[in-house]
Amino acid sequence: MSLIQQLINGLAQGSVYALIAVGYTMVYGIIRLINFAHADIYMMGAFIGYFAVTVFHVPFLPALLLAMIGCAILGMTIEKIAYKPLRKSPRIVLLITAMAMSLILEHGMATVVVGPNPRPFPELFKINIIHLGPVQINNVQIINLSVAIILVLILQYIVYKTKTGKAMRATSYDMEAAQLMGININNIVSITFAIGSSLAGAAGVLVGMMYPRIDPYMGMMPGLKAFIAAVLGGIGVLPGAMFGGILIGLCETFTKAYLSTKLSDAIVFSLLIIILIFKPAGLLGKPTREKV
Amino acid sequence: MLKVKGLNVFYGAIHALHDISIEVNEGEIVTLIGANGAGKTSTLRAISGLVAPKSGEITYNGTSLSGVPAYNLVNMGIAHVPEGRRIFANLTVMENLELGAFNRKDKDGIKRDFDMVFDKFPRLKERTWQQAGTLSGGEQQMLATARALMSRPKMILMDEPSMGLAPLLVREIFTIIQEINKTGTTVLLVEQNAHMALSIAHNAYVLETGKIVLSGSADDLLHDEAVRNAYLGEC
Ligand SMILES: Nc1ncnc2c1ncn2[C@@H]1O[C@H](COP(=O)(O)OP(=O)(O)O)[C@@H](O)[C@H]1O
Ligand SMILES: [Mg+2]
Repeated sequence: MSLIQQLINGLAQGSVYALIAVGYTMVYGIIRLINFAHADIYMMGAFIGYFAVTVFHVPFLPALLLAMIGCAILGMTIEKIAYKPLRKSPRIVLLITAMAMSLILEHGMATVVVGPNPRPFPELFKINIIHLGPVQINNVQIINLSVAIILVLILQYIVYKTKTGKAMRATSYDMEAAQLMGININNIVSITFAIGSSLAGAAGVLVGMMYPRIDPYMGMMPGLKAFIAAVLGGIGVLPGAMFGGILIGLCETFTKAYLSTKLSDAIVFSLLIIILIFKPAGLLGKPTREKV
Repeated sequence: MLKVKGLNVFYGAIHALHDISIEVNEGEIVTLIGANGAGKTSTLRAISGLVAPKSGEITYNGTSLSGVPAYNLVNMGIAHVPEGRRIFANLTVMENLELGAFNRKDKDGIKRDFDMVFDKFPRLKERTWQQAGTLSGGEQQMLATARALMSRPKMILMDEPSMGLAPLLVREIFTIIQEINKTGTTVLLVEQNAHMALSIAHNAYVLETGKIVLSGSADDLLHDEAVRNAYLGEC
């Protein structure tokens, strides 16, 4: 397969990682928590999409929206009941709680709701392969890339152009000072969880369309890679997460195509280690600015 | 206007504030002076709701502030310029100022206040699109003060505005504090620079290791033997 072909595949994969990575980085930016349950919110997004289509027979866009809204509510709820009461606790307590939430979602789904077996994600679009010279791209890839780009643009708009976005950036920089401005930080934390979770939910549906087998543990690997993407780009730095996601997607696709399918994950993880040795704050991260 | 009665603050086992009582009347500049670690910042943080006191009563115009979340204070007319300025370094100067007016809805009033702060701090006007983190220390203090004024406060709490600034800039900041006060804003000023603080304040409290050891009119304290020896050096 040609280089351009791999580039397209890598971008399609990377855009999914980017959508998940954004949630990791936004939540970390605001409450300094690696939200381990985030990967499972992505999984929940895939299942909400699945049920929307199989039970309610809605087409793609409403299914995507339902998954996003459902995940936003789920993310906010988890924050309110599990994380908010611990905001003043040592960070390790919060981290362990996040792991617990992750396990609850995975095993709750696997034992109570859908069972552990993979389910086929319904085909929302007839796969249509488009040939452009030596390159072939299918319509689902095009749809996924477009949706990812549109969502990222909307996110950029919210964060950098709206009053809420300004409050989010201020809160992420200095939560106390933000309160002194009259910003209700509880609302800002909720909104952050809602936005991050809705993007993960969207990613769940997009992946369901690309690799149409979904199961309660499907979040583990993509979640890990998206987390790496966020760290690679500079955790807490929004453009870093997007950049990191695309980079991991490309890296993975290229190593699979040209080096080894088996080793591709190992190579991706090694890349992280090497980059962090030279740039501990991540590619777009600023050298640590711990607050006093 | 502001009454603090029997305030006790603990950090774990550290008893940082012992039965602090202070009173600030409308229209005054009241200063709280004391050495590093005396508990000045803790007092302001307790008033603002950033630390929860163990006991004591804080009332503002007769309303108790206990249990009021920090983010509601600015709506009640209290602005806090925190120690170390705490500007949002990753945001532009303009965005910092806009955040000062975060909960205000009166567009015309906000516009007038932008003119007012740019008039007071012309250096900020030249730098509206600059990242606030790239400002000098003096400019950051001006931004922090201007940001607080954008909420149109009735009362402003200032924590060591002179910290780390050259004498000329300190004088400038203190002149501005006096101006702010003359236009009707009550000021509670925390300072280590006792001389400057006492010279602009009406009333003063001296804090030592978490206790108020002296209080009175700023003028009296400025001429008090003990204060002169402990806080004013030979000046
Ligand atoms: N977050 C904190 N944790 C533990 N001790 C603190 C904390 N903040 C202040 N202290 C202690 O409380 C005392 C008063 O500090 P502070 O209010 O900052 O004094 P000042 O502003 O007068 O320098 C000091 O002994 C200081 O070490
Ligand atoms: Mg202090």
